[in-house]
Amino acid sequence: MAAPMLRLCCPGRRWALACIDGCSRHRRGAPNGCTSSRKRGQSSVAQQPFITAQKPRKGEHEWAAVVGLEIHAQISSKSKLFSGSQVHFAAPPNSLVSFFDASLPGTLPVLNRRCVEAAVMTGLALNCRINKKSLFDRKHYFYADLPAGYQITQQRLPIAVNGSLVYSFCAGKNRSQVINKTARVKQIQLEQDSGKSLHDDLRSQTLIDLNRAGVGLLEVVLEPDMSCGEEAATAVRELQLILQALGTSQANMADYEIQRQINELENGGEILNETRSFDSKLGCTIPMRDKEGKQDYRFMPEPNLPPLLLYDTESLPAGADPQQVIDIDRIREQLPELPSVTREKLVQQYGMLPEHSFTLLNEVGLLEFFQNVMKETRAEPKKVTSWVLNTLLGFLKQQNLAVSESPVTPSALAELLNLLDRKAISSSAAKQVFEELWRNEGKTPAQIVSEKKLELMQDQEALEQLCHAVMEGHPQVVMDVKKGNPRAINKLIGLVRKATLSRADPTVIKEILEKKLAS
Amino acid sequence: MQFDQSKCSVLKGFVTIKDGCAHVVPAAAVDLYFCSVSPGPCGGRLSTRTMLGRTLREVSAALKQGHITPTELCQKCLSIIKKTKFLNAYITVSEEVALKQAEESEKRYKKGHSLGDLDGIPIAVKDNFSTSGIETTCASNMLRGKGYVPPYNATVVQKLLDQGALLMGKTNLDEFAMGSGSTDGVFGPVKNPWSYSKQYREKRKQKSHCENEDSNWLITGGSSGGSAAAVSAFTCFAALGSDTGGSTRNPAAHCGLVGLKPSYGLVSRHGLIPLVNSMDVPGILTRCVDDAAIVLGVLAGHDPKDSTTIQDPVKPFVLPSLTDVSKLCIGIPKEYLTPELSSEVRSLWSKAANLFESEGAKVIEVSLPHTSYSIVCYHVLCTSEVASNMARFDGLEYGHRCDIDVSTEAMYAATRREGFNDVVRGRILSGNFFLLKENYENYFVKAQKVRRLIANDFVTVFNSGVDVLLTPTTLSEAVPYTEFIKEDNRTRSAQDDIFTQAANMAGLPAVSVPMALSNQGLPIGLQFIGRAFCDQELLTIARWFEKQVQFPVIQLQELMDDCSSVFENEKLASVSLKQ
Repeated sequence: MAAPMLRLCCPGRRWALACIDGCSRHRRGAPNGCTSSRKRGQSSVAQQPFITAQKPRKGEHEWAAVVGLEIHAQISSKSKLFSGSQVHFAAPPNSLVSFFDASLPGTLPVLNRRCVEAAVMTGLALNCRINKKSLFDRKHYFYADLPAGYQITQQRLPIAVNGSLVYSFCAGKNRSQVINKTARVKQIQLEQDSGKSLHDDLRSQTLIDLNRAGVGLLEVVLEPDMSCGEEAATAVRELQLILQALGTSQANMADYEIQRQINELENGGEILNETRSFDSKLGCTIPMRDKEGKQDYRFMPEPNLPPLLLYDTESLPAGADPQQVIDIDRIREQLPELPSVTREKLVQQYGMLPEHSFTLLNEVGLLEFFQNVMKETRAEPKKVTSWVLNTLLGFLKQQNLAVSESPVTPSALAELLNLLDRKAISSSAAKQVFEELWRNEGKTPAQIVSEKKLELMQDQEALEQLCHAVMEGHPQVVMDVKKGNPRAINKLIGLVRKATLSRADPTVIKEILEKKLAS
Repeated sequence: MQFDQSKCSVLKGFVTIKDGCAHVVPAAAVDLYFCSVSPGPCGGRLSTRTMLGRTLREVSAALKQGHITPTELCQKCLSIIKKTKFLNAYITVSEEVALKQAEESEKRYKKGHSLGDLDGIPIAVKDNFSTSGIETTCASNMLRGKGYVPPYNATVVQKLLDQGALLMGKTNLDEFAMGSGSTDGVFGPVKNPWSYSKQYREKRKQKSHCENEDSNWLITGGSSGGSAAAVSAFTCFAALGSDTGGSTRNPAAHCGLVGLKPSYGLVSRHGLIPLVNSMDVPGILTRCVDDAAIVLGVLAGHDPKDSTTIQDPVKPFVLPSLTDVSKLCIGIPKEYLTPELSSEVRSLWSKAANLFESEGAKVIEVSLPHTSYSIVCYHVLCTSEVASNMARFDGLEYGHRCDIDVSTEAMYAATRREGFNDVVRGRILSGNFFLLKENYENYFVKAQKVRRLIANDFVTVFNSGVDVLLTPTTLSEAVPYTEFIKEDNRTRSAQDDIFTQAANMAGLPAVSVPMALSNQGLPIGLQFIGRAFCDQELLTIARWFEKQVQFPVIQLQELMDDCSSVFENEKLASVSLKQ
């Protein structure tokens, strides 16, 4: 995913255009993303929150940020968009290149069915109108990693149009208020990715790797409906979750890239009053060269691909070979649950705070981890949520690990929470057990508890003796309690706990102490 | 004549051929061209040499009956290729490949497992079809520079090879098939074998103003001139051309051959290095209509590698014999009667119309009102696609690369300047102009609309009950090279494609059939245009016509006589023939 475009728009006379550019391949930009959206003072833009980072100059209009995005998501498919070459990451350079990918003369594109299905599925998930007829175009520019001298894309009539992306975020004092926003989806188009250029500055050479050349991309074009970088970042994140839920794109090929862009977008509301592109090497935005902004792509219909026709149950030709036709209604039936629905269910089913449902989904694999723990534990959902979101996630973040890399398995955490639930151990002992589990020495929570003698002391008599001994040993504190200092009893409780090596339930200790003090 | 007599004695009994083809080689012509058949031990048998003048269908029958072996046939064709080298028909002669294929074919025949009609038949392929392991140049420095050898076969080439055909070589053309004379390729112009025919030479002698014979050789037409010359000079029995605006039919007409442009979408373009993707069709050049049908039968059909080929299964192309034309309706498009049309072609055209009428066919004048816009419209669409298709030739992945390495951009520019000739560069330039954002609507979109109108013209005519259109193929017979180059490529292309390129615009099947010799003794062909995907019907009518007109066979013995002495010494031949 890459190349969000920021469009800043001033309600007044002046306007600004900003473009934060993702990967290198998008430095060429896309012309339909570069159109300015110039709106006058009374337009809807004026009602949108202003980005005030840049102070308006005296006598001039204030600036309002309007953010539109073009997001390129690589389609999860075995082979490329128009050739049979495999799609893989980190394969040796130029090892996944068909004759077509290398643009050998005479080769022709053959559309990958899987990529079309992915586009239709994404279109449906984003509430788009699916065009039953769409067209492919050639977009021309000379670049070393674009072997044919043109990219096949869908400029005139894309596969899906007029959709919407609903994204939400938590706001308010305790972030308890969920705010829903909608960004219109202008279109979704299928297009080819380019290869990679690797510049060897020392030898002033450019090395070309065509493994990525021709991989299928979904370009999702969002209208400039977002008013700040944070909104844009949230929208991108939501889109990523949708694509992952659909399986149409892993959308994780560049978590780094997304995070970088999100960061960039969050800072992006600030002062971008010229067309800039993001240079990933310099790590900052640089002004785009004029020449590139004005490049004429000389679009032309792709003559080697007939119009792409899609069908629904009604229009499906009788006796059509299912291998040759795509039925939109069938794809609609197969749509999986979307993240917004999943979050809603979490809130309903577990009484979870909305913000917690967001966090669970935002971390890859965390929801699944949570659900697996839930399957095996009798602990309260609230308790499980707290352990997963605070303890587990905290440990993961601290060590910069993904959920899948967690040394603590869902089963282990479930067992631990069961021990806690039936009061076999104290909360603090549970934390200790978790730390042991994290060290991953192959022991079960029960083993750790017994080895470290972390069970709560259940022996009432022994506990009473301990309490007695503590009272004997600290007459001054006992005096304080008796004099009416209510806080003094806590000191006694603490001393008893220390004597039990934290293995006793403080409420039980308190009961015994109170009884003894009263007598 | 200085033929190898040892080969001449390979006689294997009588060739019995069903006379399904009108284009039978008269015995006299065979004798004249080759050598008088020395009677074999059994007497009266035909030599391998006589095979060369025959049609594909005839020689295929001879192979099946064992009267000749594929290797003998292959060697004979190779020797003719060497003898006619000065025609410049071939860019690459794939002698080793052909002989190896012949050997394998021979094994199959011995086992009685022949692959079909094409097994053991020598064929040639225009040098803009990709051939695995064999250099493919498009007659351009861009590909010749580094010796581009494709790693795959074009689908049509593969299909021919799968049928056991012998690939003799790659034939000459205009650079990237851009031209109508086969004069603008990096390997030089192709000479029309008819320049050396008895028919033409005798006429010239009568006209006494016979200056320098050799400098007056004729062009083949183009851009598939090499393929046309190869078939016409008996170096092979069929050849593949490509047809974007008439590039197969035009040289077929000039070389006295049948030139077929199948319906767009019937034959795969995979591996054909494109000129205009939306109009290119692999073309077929043969000595008779039946042969073209045999080859089309092999080539036609869906190709998963070409999304523009039709999905419907294609029936085998066996032409039903047509004896009664009284139910046919022949359309004569009035717009094709242009002032530039030579009076000879014009009179032959009307003679042909009369022939149909006299045999009971309904012949009517029809109108294709948008014909006059066709050339200019074609120019816009062609150059636009050319600009796009040529973008891949940047010196990076394959082909020529210049020495300049200051920057990638400078490398591109110099590579493309060095690699393409003026014609190609000119078309790229105009094409890019038409595709500019500010011009796109005014040129490209308008041209597409006109293309639609032109296609609709044909639909209207065919819907009115016309079965086939009869038109000239070319304005006149072939002209001498010195005459031809007085005009530039663009002017020539615009003139010469006038009758042919509308069929490409509309994707219709069209075939040029030789009708008669002109007063100068040169072939004149007429064109039939059929309904889309009614290729079989079109060829059936063409075959009926062919049978009626009995077009004479080219007599090349003078060429052989003149050259026979020099042919003995290859070195001398190459000196004396370089002009």
